[in-house]
Amino acid sequence: MSVGVIMLVHTALDRAEQAIRHWVDGGCPVVVHVDQKVRPADYAAFVGSLADLPDVRFCKRHACDWGTWALVEATQSAAAHLLESFPTLQHIYLASGSCLPLRPVPDLRDYLAARPETDFIESTTTADVPWTVGGLDEERFTLRFPFSWRRQRKLFDFYVRLQQAVGYKRRIPENVVPHMGSQWWCLTGRTVAAILNDPKRTVYERYFRKVWIPDESYFQSLVRLHSTKVESRSLTLSKFDYQGKPHIFYDDHKALLRRSACFVARKIWPRADVLYDSFPVAMSGKEQFTEPNPSAADRIFAQAVERRTLGRPGLLMQSRFPSSDRDNAMTAGPYSVLQGLGDVFEGFEEWLAKTTGATVHGHLFAPDRAEFSGRGPLFAGGLSDNAMLRDYNPTNFLINLIWNTRGTHQAFQFGPRDTQDINWMVAKDTDARISVVSGAWMIPLFKARQEFSDLRKEAARLQQIEHEHLKILRSPYTNARVRVQSLAEFVLAPMDMLQLIVDEMSEQTHPRLTDVPQMADLTGLGAFLQDLRNQGMHPFLTGDFPANLERDSTLQTPRKPYLVR
Amino acid sequence: MNIAQSYLLRLQRKRWKIRAFRKRRELRSVQDRTGAIRPGNILLFATFRNEDIRLPYFFDYYRKLGVDHFLLVDNDSSDGGGDYAANQPDVSLWSTDAGYGNARFGIDWLTYLQSRYADGHWALTVDVDEFFVYPFCDTRPLAALGDWLDASEVRSFGTIMLDMYPKERVSTAVYERGTDPFAMANWFDAGNHMISRNKRLRNLWIQGGPRARAFFADRPAKAPALNKIPFVKWSKRYTYVSSTHMILPRGLNLVYDQQGGEKTSGVLLHAKFINIFGDRAAQEAARAEHYQKGNEYRRYTQDDPILWSEWSHQYVNWRQLEGLGLMSKGNWA
Repeated sequence: MSVGVIMLVHTALDRAEQAIRHWVDGGCPVVVHVDQKVRPADYAAFVGSLADLPDVRFCKRHACDWGTWALVEATQSAAAHLLESFPTLQHIYLASGSCLPLRPVPDLRDYLAARPETDFIESTTTADVPWTVGGLDEERFTLRFPFSWRRQRKLFDFYVRLQQAVGYKRRIPENVVPHMGSQWWCLTGRTVAAILNDPKRTVYERYFRKVWIPDESYFQSLVRLHSTKVESRSLTLSKFDYQGKPHIFYDDHKALLRRSACFVARKIWPRADVLYDSFPVAMSGKEQFTEPNPSAADRIFAQAVERRTLGRPGLLMQSRFPSSDRDNAMTAGPYSVLQGLGDVFEGFEEWLAKTTGATVHGHLFAPDRAEFSGRGPLFAGGLSDNAMLRDYNPTNFLINLIWNTRGTHQAFQFGPRDTQDINWMVAKDTDARISVVSGAWMIPLFKARQEFSDLRKEAARLQQIEHEHLKILRSPYTNARVRVQSLAEFVLAPMDMLQLIVDEMSEQTHPRLTDVPQMADLTGLGAFLQDLRNQGMHPFLTGDFPANLERDSTLQTPRKPYLVR
Repeated sequence: MNIAQSYLLRLQRKRWKIRAFRKRRELRSVQDRTGAIRPGNILLFATFRNEDIRLPYFFDYYRKLGVDHFLLVDNDSSDGGGDYAANQPDVSLWSTDAGYGNARFGIDWLTYLQSRYADGHWALTVDVDEFFVYPFCDTRPLAALGDWLDASEVRSFGTIMLDMYPKERVSTAVYERGTDPFAMANWFDAGNHMISRNKRLRNLWIQGGPRARAFFADRPAKAPALNKIPFVKWSKRYTYVSSTHMILPRGLNLVYDQQGGEKTSGVLLHAKFINIFGDRAAQEAARAEHYQKGNEYRRYTQDDPILWSEWSHQYVNWRQLEGLGLMSKGNWA
């Protein structure tokens, strides 16, 4: 007999029996440790059900809790029992009742026979593992842990903090370098015997008893003292999530398990009938000698942990609702907020859409309706253009819009006439690209030619609103990419800002713009502003427009003069 | 945590437990098979009234998901649905002719039955037009979800109710008893939900979907709540507060992650918008036993709407909903 199995069982005894039969059929003797907490009647029935198999033995029972020393004791008892009964074993495989052999047991025996000196055990120093639960890595070996993490969490935490406060540090036994790794190993009989018969075993035990999660460090550390050849990986496909809880395999993992070519997998859901009926399955022909390759399973489970811990940015849903101050990227991707440009240029939206290929909306937050690109009543995801519905939760409206259109860049016009409730959210959002031509709202007023006293009042109102908005954009909490120019500055060199906007919307550097939108005719704006000043209003956001603008040569003929450099 | 507030919530929970206990007198046992319930069984709780046409498919659907026992309250049906349900081998049935509205829309009756029978079980509480979809529901039974949540020390599971509608007028989706309602009403809105947090009970409050845009656009605050917590590892201390939107103790309402991650969650497909909807809306508006005195139903009776638009999505499976962000696998792989 070349390979013996230690099996730790605490639940789903029927499945454990099935697994034991696979091992025995494959020519491996099994010593079973049944958790002391299993009821006597169930234990007796379990032992009875395996009575026909002479190579199945039962060892002394211990009551095992997650991450406790009793698990090591159980393993020690079973190993001693196994070596006593079958002293010539070349390898010992540590498995659990929820392990399932994926490949025929003789395959495993051949594999191990070809590597008679190798100990397969994941064993790494604490400095190198990222997956420690509870934030304790180095300290799990230097503090004492008499309380259960699962059942006595408060005492556990208190005792850890107390030891940290007084600077307590345990002495690690001479020669021992703490290593840790998966609980499920396959060691040579010689190495196991050496660990069990080490003259300093009691010293080591005294130490590891109070280490945290000794079942992942006792054998993993001691193997380094006795082994001639450690191969630091587990032959059991077993993945843990971010809470230190094993991932579970179900029927729909059948193809994944098959492809992994691993010898054993854990943990199998006890009611995964398809898996229990299908495995172990023989590999065909050449594949018989395939090395285990769990990378596909690794990827799937890594993605799952990422989904749970990071989530999909910009998604609000029933199970993801980040506190707003926690997340810098509040939306699913970059988008552009364009303030004032639609007033300066005629046909700006159409031009921008054509130039960049992005989706360019009108004033999404206009007071009467959301002006979606195309001006339909509904947009992606079923968003409604109804202003009351939108204004019920305007930030959520915008977050939804960006989420619903992920993959295409969105841009929308904005201005002081619109609902301002999104200003803080947009300013804090790292995905926002905000370009403001301040005071450009003056242009429609100037064109309106209404009663001047009304215009003056409206100008003051809009200026106040935009001023508040600009204060937000200049606050230290703003994470968005912001550029602001006054109307007066902008008209002097409009291409600079347009080029930047176009470049960031198409996520690439555009060749120098050749086709440019037509600027509104601003003849007389300077005089209009002067009239406002004369009436006692101070249009400071518009910038310094000379009152005699008509005579300014740069703006006399606004037909693309700014292209000439 | 504010101790006074927490104590008030405790009192509220106790009051509702007592109220539910008193309302037990309104229930008459019609068919009691609860002796067949085994430890670990998954139980389904529902109230219904004149839903005979929906019951056969409802039973089919949930049996396939692995519900072991149905505990149902028949609120004075006159269409034979009660008899049909009572004859099912895995159903225990109670009946009452008391007012639905006075029993907190049936929740009092179910709370009583849950305290009595669901302690220690995973309990699914749904309406007969709600169909539970969770990650891997096409390959893993409810027991797999329950076991996994147990192992993760999670006691409650959140969903969003997704209103499904046909491509034509609602009245054209003619439903036949025993068939899948989503064969016709298989379109939905994917991205127009509005979410806020209820600070007191800590649940999310979700509104939106086709009902908000078609019926409540001018009064969005009145749009129906779509957040539901239908799957709970029950303890006799628990009680739902308002339908299955909220539950006490309030820790159970934390079915969402606040650090940016995603917890595992599902969807309740809502088979409301089929042809029986128009008549039903008129009846329920007249009866005024529903939330806000049937106000919602009064709005629906106004016309026979087309809810479909070019932005609607056609239902495929849970993976599609997951990809759209309407539910999440979380770290269940």
